[in-house]
Amino acid sequence: MDFSIIFENIGIYLDGLWTTMQLVGFSLFIGLMIAIPLAILHSVKNPIVNMPVRAYVYFFRGTPLLVQIFIIYYGFGQFEWIKSSSLWYFFENAYFCALFTLTLNTGAYTTEIIRGAIATTPFGEIEAAKSVGMTRLLALRRIILPSALRRAFPAYSNEIIFMLHGSSIVSVITIVDLTGAARIINSRYYSPYEAFITAGLFYLILTLSIVFICKRVEKKIYAHFVRTC
Amino acid sequence: MNILYGYELSILQGTLLTLELSILSLLISMILGLLGALGKLSGSKALYRLINAYTTIIRGIPELVLMLLFYYGGQVFINWLAESVGYEEYIDISPFIAGVATISFIYGAYMTETFRGAFMAVPGGQLEAGVSFGMNKIQVFSRILFPQMLKFALPGFGNNWLVMVKATALVSIIGLDDMVRKASLAAGSTNKPFTFYIAIAFIYLLITTVSNKGLAALEKRSNRGERKE
Repeated sequence: MDFSIIFENIGIYLDGLWTTMQLVGFSLFIGLMIAIPLAILHSVKNPIVNMPVRAYVYFFRGTPLLVQIFIIYYGFGQFEWIKSSSLWYFFENAYFCALFTLTLNTGAYTTEIIRGAIATTPFGEIEAAKSVGMTRLLALRRIILPSALRRAFPAYSNEIIFMLHGSSIVSVITIVDLTGAARIINSRYYSPYEAFITAGLFYLILTLSIVFICKRVEKKIYAHFVRTC
Repeated sequence: MNILYGYELSILQGTLLTLELSILSLLISMILGLLGALGKLSGSKALYRLINAYTTIIRGIPELVLMLLFYYGGQVFINWLAESVGYEEYIDISPFIAGVATISFIYGAYMTETFRGAFMAVPGGQLEAGVSFGMNKIQVFSRILFPQMLKFALPGFGNNWLVMVKATALVSIIGLDDMVRKASLAAGSTNKPFTFYIAIAFIYLLITTVSNKGLAALEKRSNRGERKE
């Protein structure tokens, strides 16, 4: 193995790393922002409200990310009305499609995580909120959501890692992320080991860093559970 | 029935390949997972470190990167190996074998963690009860530990299976004729990408829905001895 080709081309990897981090960061952020209201709508009993949310979550959790990205990047071009509208400016752009798909994907998984946390809120907490005269909305904002989001965190840290790994798929639609960088180096030098092991190491370091940070955050938000006696 | 422009049979063949690949990989990854879990719990420090390195590294790198590494790298490696023992001809690894090997190897790591957790969840008192009856180690394992472990492993196992079925979509990138690739080929020649990708998305949904139902039934059955609250 000859890792000098990696050092000569480290710039491609660093650019790819930046693209990966951007895509994952943006999609996680927007995904979380849409997931919180959707999780609340999911918990509403009226089927007209919760059915669309259920269908969205069901579709994105039940199909492969690769198929989702193909539907959006290649599939939307099948429709003349999309092609002739101003939307096409976005949907013909691979980066936008990647970000759009990743966001919808993580949005669905995160909705399910938060929904689960809301559903398992201890009765006592809700009863306490009612007993001090909080309205449903106030209880949601002050009691249910903070409590649910805190309990959702361990599952959400898994979702962050899932997204980091899932984002490697964007290399299939021509985007040069970390995996895309490795594919370029592999095809240029025919050196699969150097190319993919380097990318793998980058991902491994990112994954372990995320795990480390999440553990620290977890310690912080569960601090009140720690018994000191 | 001509909704898929005459490509129904082709998509169906792809579906069968996806299922074949998934089931074969599931079996192999289960064996790897059992061996890994037993190795991790065997008490040997060296073995623990080795398997821990395997599960940490594999679970820290995206499936796609590993798949590309094994597919391109495995090709180079096998030919280097063949050449060094004096075999002259070029060996072409079939994408099917590369796919099964990679997916099994990856999910073997996840299964290892699932089974390890499940083995540890079996209450120690039950094992002691077995010993007090005069059972030997093998009897305790096969009559108490293993059957009891299965119940605890089921939720994680189900989750791994669902993630794995969706991960098989990636084999289309290394040229295996699974559902996604069949859809891509059909989409290319009919210019109807949306139709075909949506069609296979629904087949994936069908597979995950049936799996969910089956897993729920299994879980219900495995908990039939539990005390009802």
